[in-house]
This record gives sequence, structure tokens and C-alpha cells, in this order.
Amino acid sequence: MPIVEVRRLFKRFGPKTVLRSLDFQVEQGEFVALLGPNGAGKTTFLRILASLTRQSLGEVRIAGYRLPDQAASVRRRLGVVSHLPLLYGDLTAEENLAFYARMYALPDMDRRMAEVLELVGLAARRRDLVRTFSRGMQQRLAIGRAVLHDPEVMLFDEPHTGLDQEASSMLDQVLRQVAARGRTVVMTSHDLARVTELASRFDVLSKGQIQASIRREEIARDGLLAYYRQALEEPASPAVAG
Amino acid sequence: MKAPAPDVNQVNAPSAPAREAAREARPAFGSPFLRAMFAILWKDLAAELRSRELLTGMLIFALLVILIFNFALELDPASRASVTSGVLWVTFTFAGTIGLNRSMAVEKDRGCLDGLLLAPVDRSAIYFGKALGNLIFMLLMAAIILPTYSLLYNTNLFRPGLLLVILLGSVGYVAVGTLLAAMSVQARTRDILLPILLFPVSVPVLVASVKASSGYLQPVVDMSAIQPWITLLIVYDVIFTAVAFMVFDYVVEE
Amino acid sequence: MEPKPRALRILDILTIALILVASVMVFFYAPMEVVMGQVQRIFYFHTSAAWIGMLGFIVAALVGIAYLRTHDQKWDIAAVASVEIGMVFTLIAIIGGAIWARPIWNTWWTWDPRLITVTIMELIYAAYLMLRNGIEDPDRRARFGAVYAIVGVITVPLTFFSIRIFRTIHPVVIGGSDPNATGAFDMTPRMLQTFLFSLFAFTVMYVDLLWNRIRLGRLAEMVEELKLKVTQ
Repeated sequence: MPIVEVRRLFKRFGPKTVLRSLDFQVEQGEFVALLGPNGAGKTTFLRILASLTRQSLGEVRIAGYRLPDQAASVRRRLGVVSHLPLLYGDLTAEENLAFYARMYALPDMDRRMAEVLELVGLAARRRDLVRTFSRGMQQRLAIGRAVLHDPEVMLFDEPHTGLDQEASSMLDQVLRQVAARGRTVVMTSHDLARVTELASRFDVLSKGQIQASIRREEIARDGLLAYYRQALEEPASPAVAG
Repeated sequence: MKAPAPDVNQVNAPSAPAREAAREARPAFGSPFLRAMFAILWKDLAAELRSRELLTGMLIFALLVILIFNFALELDPASRASVTSGVLWVTFTFAGTIGLNRSMAVEKDRGCLDGLLLAPVDRSAIYFGKALGNLIFMLLMAAIILPTYSLLYNTNLFRPGLLLVILLGSVGYVAVGTLLAAMSVQARTRDILLPILLFPVSVPVLVASVKASSGYLQPVVDMSAIQPWITLLIVYDVIFTAVAFMVFDYVVEE
Repeated sequence: MEPKPRALRILDILTIALILVASVMVFFYAPMEVVMGQVQRIFYFHTSAAWIGMLGFIVAALVGIAYLRTHDQKWDIAAVASVEIGMVFTLIAIIGGAIWARPIWNTWWTWDPRLITVTIMELIYAAYLMLRNGIEDPDRRARFGAVYAIVGVITVPLTFFSIRIFRTIHPVVIGGSDPNATGAFDMTPRMLQTFLFSLFAFTVMYVDLLWNRIRLGRLAEMVEELKLKVTQ
């Protein structure tokens, strides 16, 4: 059974329909890059998966639990990183993690926090205030926050936004670690080059629907851009891979 | 550049059933609700302790208001007795909105509200956590304003009855204020909206608090005059805490 | 565009008729009050308007609850409609009251519980509209409006009581008789009939205006949808 299952999803904001009849499925362990032009609805879609917004119509299931009815169960298994850090500037890295550890009611808090700080390479700065962190460090800590409760599914909304080359590379390292060991990842991105290295599958969201989906093996190394452009021009074909 | 950390996921990876069990396990103490609520309260207090922005802002504002009142009203000893409670409560009300606004703005600005909503906790835990924090800030402010006012005007404001009224009044004000701040912070016109929303609806609290405070500040305390006001305060507190608790979900859930 | 439903057209005519009859009753049927003279006739419209003001609020809160449960846009349109109408009638009540007060109490305004409560109610209405104005997302706008309407409708009676208690402990002497106090002037049967009839006429007017306004809201929504279809 796919770990993320979306069927005939509609999302309306008043009279405007942002997502229409969207179908989307992810198997456990896949790393899906969700591509698409601005305003296509990627962030809205991700927010629905993250249980932050309710769908207008349609079925959404994560790890077998239905949204929005079983949202609490979904949230336990979900880790979300958006382009906003979701961190408190006036608290230290440690305090931020401790706060979220309590919110997720994690047993064995201290050990887990230490592990996570190690994972994202911030163990040395654990007692520093987050507002002194660079953007790259904040993003890494944000990922740490997101994996704290060991979620099965991770959602990333344009995590590389605002990062320079070096910070992005460090982020990628963390992303690879996080994605290892069977975690499922859905990541929206504008950066095709970066995403080519990380993802196992590429979906294109445009005009409120998934227009195309292709696995990493099926595409040439630098063929992603061409594929992407083509997907934007043609309407969704019924026989879509994945 | 630091070498990549060892894959801690691999090192001590529990098996899948163990992970599931750990996930569903109850924490060591208390319900998740209380745990989350106190976590939020603790976070707000810790952050404020470090930056002291909120409290400083409220205090300076409150002192300025008292100063302005000094020029605006006749605060000589004779007329002072009748206006003291009014001045105090206007001060609390205005400075209170600063605290309420700030407390919610922190969550909104860095997207932290999403962080709170992503956690598998009841939304009302968020409400109570924030409301308790707001209440403590308001009481802290009162704790500093009262002696200051007493010093400036050479009166003794430390009557137990007055302290009770301040407590009850603050609870009611904060109960509605937290709810309304959660809404106003998500609107475009954020800064001016909270007072506009809050003041009309908090008139019963204000009236009751001022009258009850006034009563307790009299040389001879007449309980029969104060009683209905205390009752009104308690009624207001109970009703609005219940209402806010019930509708808070609708304010934060999209 | 859908034409005006027949029932609504009939209601429009009925409303106009009722208001005309009520006006006739107020000016010709009801006797002149001994103490206050002709100006007392405002009383019938003034109280009816105040009643509609309060009714508008109650309805707004109720449909607000309905929206929170169903997320159906129609309840939100009804809420805005009710608030707008309530706001206008509250203003009419306040102004009518001032016109009445001037010759009787020799003042345009008094700090009496009813007046204060009604003014606060007007302010809550205004705050409601300001809140909605500051929010883009239609669903959020509706939800927040509903929540504030609920908070508001509970506050209004509490406000009234708080100021009433205020008044009994420290009675405000306005000077002479207080015609606003209950039973201050005894209503003859004709006056009572006029009063009840005008209440009824105003209520019908409220329903008529509400229906019209809801229809307007729905049409506006349709226009929005069409606009989007054309631009997409």
C-alpha cells in the first residue's frame, strides 16, 4: 500500500480552484521531487499533506490514516520543513529541540536531541541562540526539528531557498542522511539541478494537476529540464509513469 | 568543512515494531495535553526572560500612560481616590494589548504557528498555553505597576481585595484577548485590529474591574457593593474561557 | 443571472405596505402622549430599530455557528447581510433616540445602560467588518467573522447587565422623569397595538432586506466566479 495516497483532490479558495482532481501516490522509501511553476499550487498541496490545510474535496491518506479526521495520528508520523524556519530566535538550538520534543511527547528526550544535533552538524552550537544562526544553520536545525520524532514521511517545501552554495551542499548531505533508511520524502523545488541528484522520482504539478511523473532511471542525467518544459506544455496524459 | 556525521540512523536503529511502540507510548508523566500546554508556557517564559522585549514594552507603555493621565486628569489627593482604579485599569488594558499582540506575533512571523499545529496535540492546548503565558505577563506587569503607582502618588495599593480583582479581571481579559489576538495577527491590518476587536467586547470586564477595585480602595470596604461586580467578573471569566476554548480550533485550523 | 424570485417580490411589496400602515398608525392612530407630545411618536420606530439591531446580531452569530459546522458559503453571505442590516438599524436607533432625547431630557446623549450597550454593539459590528476587511482568504474570513460574532453576541447582554448594575448602585439622575425606564409612560391599548405592529412591520422589513442582501451576495459571488473563468 502506498504510504501517501491522494485521490481526486480539490482545493478551492472561494471561487478559485487551485488544485483540481489531483491524484498522487508515493511508495515507502521514494524521494519525490515535486516541480512546477510559481502559483501552480505546490505549497498548497504540501500544506494539505502536512495537515495544515483541509482539502475541499477528495481523499488523502498518509501511512494509512485519513486526513483530516485522523490528523493527530498523521502528525506523529510526519516531519515538515518549510522555507520558514519554524524556530524561536530567542531560544537556543537545544531549547528549541527540547520544546518540540515535549510537544511530540518523546520519551528519552536528551539522547534523541543529541543524536539529531550530531546528525545536522550543530552539536557545537547547541547552546547558541537561534537568532545568531545563519540561514543555512537555521535550515539544518529545522530539519533536525523535523526528524526529532522519527517520522516516516518528510515534507520539504523549497528548503534550499536563500541558501548559498556551501550551505546548500551541507543541506543536501543532511537530506541524504535523512532520506536514508526507508524514509519517504516529498520535496518541492525550483532548483532542477540540485533535485536531479537527490530525488528518485520527479513529478510536475501545473494548472492544479500532476501533469507528469517520471522515475530517475527513466530519464537522462541532463534531460530533466527538457522533460519539465515539455510537461508544462502538454496536458496530463492518462498513461503516466508511477 | 566538517566531515559528514556518521549515519546515526543506522547506528542504533530500532526495528519497525519498536518504533511504532515508541511512538504510541505515553510519556513518563501527565497527559500529552498538559505536557504540551506547559511546554508552550515554558517556552514563552524562557524566551521572554532572555529578550525581555515584551515585558519592557508593556512596562514603559504603562508608565507613559500613567504619566499622561497625570497631565490629563486632576490627580491631586482629593480627586485621586475616585479615579485611581480607572487609571489603573485603562493602563492595564492598553498595555495588555501590547503583550497579547506580541505573544501571537512571535508565532506568526517565523511560521512557528505551523510548528505548533504540526504537533499531534489538541489545539486547545495551544490556546491554554498561550493564554497562561499572557496572564502571567499581565500579572507581572501589574506587580510592577502597583508599587510604582503607590510610590508616585503616595498611596497604598496593596489591599488583598484589589489583588483579587486584578487577578479576576486579567483572567477575563486574557481569555478573550488571546482568542482575538490569534485572529488579528493573521489579518493584514494586524496592529490596529486587536484593540478595535478587544475593547468593545471587554467592556463588562473593565466596568466590573474598575468598580470592584474602587470599592476595595475605599477607606471602608463595603462588600455588598462589591459583591455583584465580583460575581460578574467570575461569570465573565467562566463563560469566555469556555467559549474561547471551544472556538479556538476554528481560528487556527484551516 | 437569475431573476428575482416571485416570493421575494411579493415580500418587497408586503414590506412596503406594512411600513406604510405602521407609519399611518404611528402618526394618526396612536394617541398623542400627554407629557412628551408629538416627539414621543419616535418611540415606535426607535425601539423597533433597536430590536432589529439586536436581532441582526443574534442571527449573525447563529449563521456563524452554522458556517463553522458546514463550511457552506451561503451561511457566510447571510452573516454579512445580517451584520450590515443590524448596523444600519442600530444607527437609526441611536439617532432616533438622540432626536427623542433632546426635547425631553435637554441633552443629545446620556450615559444610560441601554444607550451605552447599543453603542458598544454598533462598535462590535464595525469591528466585525474591519476584521473581515483585513483577511483575504474567504474561508478564513468567514470563520473569523463567525467566531467574533459569537463572542460579540454573548458580550452584549453581559455589557447591558454590567452597566445596569452600575446604574442601580450609582443612579444617574437625568433630571425629571426618565421615559426610558420600563413602564415610564403607560401605554394605552392603541399605543400598545401601534407598538406591536411596528415591531412586526420592522421584523418583516428585516427579513425582506436580509433576503435581498443575501441574493446580492450570491450574485456577487457568481460574478467573481465568472470573472475567474474568463481570465483563466
